[in-house]
Amino acid sequence: MSGLVAVDLGRPRAWRRGLSRFLSVSGKSGLLIGGIVLVGISMTALLADWIAPHDPYAQDLTKRFVAPCWLEGSHPAHRLGTDGFGRDYLSRLIFGARVSLLIGLSVAAIAGGIGTVLGMISGYFGGKLDIAITFLISTRLSLPVILVVMAVLVVLGSTPTIVVVTLGLLLWEQVAVVLRTATQQVRQCDFVTAARLAGSSHGRIMLAEVLPNLLGPLAVVTTAVVADAILLEAALSFLGFGIQEPIPSWGLMLAKGREQILFETWLVALPGAALLALVFSICLVGDGLRDMLTPDAQ
Amino acid sequence: MARYVIARLASAFLTLVLVCVIAFALSAASSDTAISIAGSSASATDIAAVRVAYELDQPAWVRFFRWLIKTAHGDLGQSLQHRQPVSAMIAGRLSVTLALAAASLTLAVTLALPLGVIAAVYRGTLVDRAIVLAGLVGHATPTPVSAIALMIIFGLQLRWFPISGDESWRNYVMPAIVLGYYATPSLLRLTRAGMIEALASDYVRTARAYGLGRWSILVRHALRNALMPLLALCAVSFGAMLAGSIVVEQAFGLRGIGWLTYDATLRGDYPVLQAAVLVVATFYVALTLAADLCNAWLNPRIRYA
Repeated sequence: MSGLVAVDLGRPRAWRRGLSRFLSVSGKSGLLIGGIVLVGISMTALLADWIAPHDPYAQDLTKRFVAPCWLEGSHPAHRLGTDGFGRDYLSRLIFGARVSLLIGLSVAAIAGGIGTVLGMISGYFGGKLDIAITFLISTRLSLPVILVVMAVLVVLGSTPTIVVVTLGLLLWEQVAVVLRTATQQVRQCDFVTAARLAGSSHGRIMLAEVLPNLLGPLAVVTTAVVADAILLEAALSFLGFGIQEPIPSWGLMLAKGREQILFETWLVALPGAALLALVFSICLVGDGLRDMLTPDAQ
Repeated sequence: MARYVIARLASAFLTLVLVCVIAFALSAASSDTAISIAGSSASATDIAAVRVAYELDQPAWVRFFRWLIKTAHGDLGQSLQHRQPVSAMIAGRLSVTLALAAASLTLAVTLALPLGVIAAVYRGTLVDRAIVLAGLVGHATPTPVSAIALMIIFGLQLRWFPISGDESWRNYVMPAIVLGYYATPSLLRLTRAGMIEALASDYVRTARAYGLGRWSILVRHALRNALMPLLALCAVSFGAMLAGSIVVEQAFGLRGIGWLTYDATLRGDYPVLQAAVLVVATFYVALTLAADLCNAWLNPRIRYA
């Protein structure tokens, strides 16, 4: 009898513990799940040429809006259907991963570079340089990113390179803020004082002593920049100012699919789910990295 | 306090000046302004005449200072497309965007505050983890995706709300949910972090030792201190919504500042775009300034510094 009671009480508790562990984004499972999804999407993007069943640019106007395989009117050659130009949707989604990731990573490289240099100078030297750079950061924060990018793209044209460079020149402020604080902390450490007393130059100390200690925070904040860049590119392309046809961009596919939401919901659901999966996995990895690198911080 | 206020005012003013330079540079970079005013069929002499009439033949710094003086007087120039003052066009649309941003922020705060407090109180439990995970999903959802999802579910399937237009309050419901949903996670995180810190502090321990009630400790002691950084983030979020509303306004056909800017950008109407950048940036600077001064006033450590 007591055994029965124990089982009755034990079951839900075990379930709850299991569920709790599964949900534990702050633990390693978030990093693991996010990492697996992210690696999957990255491999898809890398191997797009071999994985994609069709050329993402190949049009076939006799096969417009073919339904995906779970709906009526599907075609065995196009598992996820075709778009308004009769282009294979699956192939465009696969190549779209490449566009999103390339933009996210390149923007993060530019923004990370600018933010690291400014943040380190600001945090290391302090004083007037710090005031000047803090002022730059607050000015950048007051600029509405999406409007400024739109203005630049309209003047210079919407090529992927210009989208990347403009976003890179705008999204550095998070990196600068984080690295400024981190540098201020590292600068107090004894090994920096020791290096200074040993006669190392400021440049050498910053590169050889301070920078290696900033890699953790830099990695965490860079994942946030990647996610932001991908979200902004999607928003810009959705508005029609970002990536232009015929390049396969998930944001652009959302915009095109939106014209058909009365009839073909899957046209927006697929790129929408892809974007959500990509950005969510990046956020999970960023959160997991932060918890791993700063075990006692909340 | 006086020193802090003066320094903060000076930095806000300098920020605005720099924003003006950038906004001016954005429109100065579009070298074909004269062509877009004169129209595509204009002859070379027409374009030259327009250049003189709009003072586009002057050096950039002369134009900048003339433009700055006009802007300071509230004259944001003429729309190239509609031939009417940009300031009037913006003033006419501002209320829509302000209402949308206010509704979104209200929604975000009413969601984030209780959820953040609950997550902090039940820290480390299933509830906390579920709330943190939900926040992460919210942060990762692209605005166009949530906008379209709401449109399909509540607009087309259930037919609860209209999917386009700006005639009644019903048109604002879905846009406000999309914008508020996007702003909630950062507010939620800050509330949770602030509450965790406050609950671990000495004054809460003292309050517990005095035997004060759970609610009294939570609300009067912990939450009050956790709210301070939240005020600044609310100001930042509100400012960000004014620009971020462009996607939502375009998606739902809500004709506010975002829609105006979208339309102007499509037609190469730079004065409107430039003015929108300037107005949104000014709002942002004013809001963050107000939040900082409020915090300084509330926080004796800044007040007497």
